[in-house]
Amino acid sequence: MAQRIDVKDLNIYYGDFLAVQDVSMTIDPQSVTAFIGPSGCGKSTFLRTLNRMHEVIPGARVEGTVEMEGVDLYGDDIDPVAVRRNVGMVFQRPNPFPTMSIRDNVLAGVRLNNRRISKSAAEELVEASLRGANLWNEVKDRLDRPGSGLSGGQQQRLCIARAIAVKPQVLLMDEPCSALDPISTLAIEDLIGELKQDYTIVIVTHNMQQAARVSDRTAFFNIAGTGKPGRLIEMNETSTIFSTPAEQATEDYVSAPFLVRASQDVAAVGT
Amino acid sequence: MTTTVSPPPERAPGRPRRRGRTTDRGFNRAFRWIAVGAGVLILAVLAAVAVFLLQQAWPALTAGSDELAASVPRYPDDTSLLEYVGPLVFGTLLAAALALALATPVAMGIALFISHYAPPRLSQVLGYLVDLLAAVPSVIYGLWGIFVLGPAALPVWEWLNSWFGWFPLFAGPVSPTSRVLATVAVVLAVMILPIITAVAREVFLQTPKLHEEAALALGATRWEMVRTAVLPFGRSGVISAAMLGLGRALGETMAVLMILSPGFLYSFKILDSSQQQTIAAYIALDFPEASGLAVNTLIATGLVLFVITLAVNMGARAIVARRKEFSGAN
Repeated sequence: MAQRIDVKDLNIYYGDFLAVQDVSMTIDPQSVTAFIGPSGCGKSTFLRTLNRMHEVIPGARVEGTVEMEGVDLYGDDIDPVAVRRNVGMVFQRPNPFPTMSIRDNVLAGVRLNNRRISKSAAEELVEASLRGANLWNEVKDRLDRPGSGLSGGQQQRLCIARAIAVKPQVLLMDEPCSALDPISTLAIEDLIGELKQDYTIVIVTHNMQQAARVSDRTAFFNIAGTGKPGRLIEMNETSTIFSTPAEQATEDYVSAPFLVRASQDVAAVGT
Repeated sequence: MTTTVSPPPERAPGRPRRRGRTTDRGFNRAFRWIAVGAGVLILAVLAAVAVFLLQQAWPALTAGSDELAASVPRYPDDTSLLEYVGPLVFGTLLAAALALALATPVAMGIALFISHYAPPRLSQVLGYLVDLLAAVPSVIYGLWGIFVLGPAALPVWEWLNSWFGWFPLFAGPVSPTSRVLATVAVVLAVMILPIITAVAREVFLQTPKLHEEAALALGATRWEMVRTAVLPFGRSGVISAAMLGLGRALGETMAVLMILSPGFLYSFKILDSSQQQTIAAYIALDFPEASGLAVNTLIATGLVLFVITLAVNMGARAIVARRKEFSGAN
């Protein structure tokens, strides 16, 4: 189910502005890869190129290749819609469809593209997906209620259930816990640990403890300054990144996280 | 962004604030009175119109049918005022409903194209053009309806009649003048298109990016994204936009007056002449020659139009208010 991603020499542009420069990395299947770095360093931008959500923004484009099991996602004959069906995404803020019930939210992706599904198969899929997202026991009695009536953490798990219902190969998570309280965060982190049995998971996080807790490998991104492109500084086993990183910048960031991050955030706000 | 703005000093509890009090209060008070005045003015104007209509219509409302038949031209014998106004209400509602049925799908299509499909520059131009439609005076629409649309639409009406003549709306005969309710409905549709499009476009543009991206990330095509995220979000907004258009179609006078060959029947035949008439056109047509009780009768029909329009607008308001729960702002 899970697949491996190879990124080679990727440059990401917004119009003429080079946002992320020259990223090459390999993301292993059935593992959790975390992206850390200061605000504005391009880690979310990079994440969005992995399912071609990047190009939803007008003028955005990439150079280089992103290969999934050897197939270039940016090849001429590749439909971005098909890519996104294979690479699920969970956003920073929980975003269940407000006009849909919990059940319909889970089935939203399956019903796209006029795919027909029998009633019993739909029920099974809803239960399996919600169980997979550790939400089944909390919502099984109110599947017809609107998804927006759940708590923030439950909504985020509903979004994860919605993403895994279409059985993707890869699951991208863009700061999935940043809008959640600590208990909900813990629930999501536990869930990530379970999901990696089946999926390739890539997670962007501002929370370094979180990266240390959930990920197998960690990539550190940084920017030289305002208006400069973001770069991948280094990528390694998570334990190595947090104990003996190869680069001084990484060491600075992970060992004095608050100071470095605060100053970088100020720089990023100025852009 | 290095400007540092120090927060306003906290006021110690119990100590009254001194600075800025007098100037602030002067402006505050003036602004408040202007705002309250404007609000009261609206109510006063509305009340004045209602009182005028009631007062002027009263003689006709209380007069017997013999009296009305004697003084109002074309007033049939042994007919109550209600029976007399009935066909006019029917004609008004039929014309407005047809116009709405024609305009709403087109307006939604244009709005979706502008908000989600067209490249930015084109969508801006299109938006201007649609707004421009609203700037055309209704007399011009009337002339256009008579000289351009009418003749051009005649073959269409004949085609509709020959294929769908079994359907009450398209029953024959087809008037060769083309000055029929079908032509009126098309002109009205064009006239209410801008308001519906403008409101629908605003509603569609307000769809949260978050929900659009949620759909796209699930592997939705553009149309599927519109269907799963944009349309459900904008549903009640589109309904209220349509209600606004309906309000305008109900009250439109000049274009109807110029195009329609009027009749006083409860008739669904929209391809034949001398079948229906709308209230507004009826008043405008008969007012110049009316005197005495005839004027009161015309104003009574105006009162009916006023009530219908008020009801439509209140309905639109109610739907807009209900929309709050579905706004997805959570």
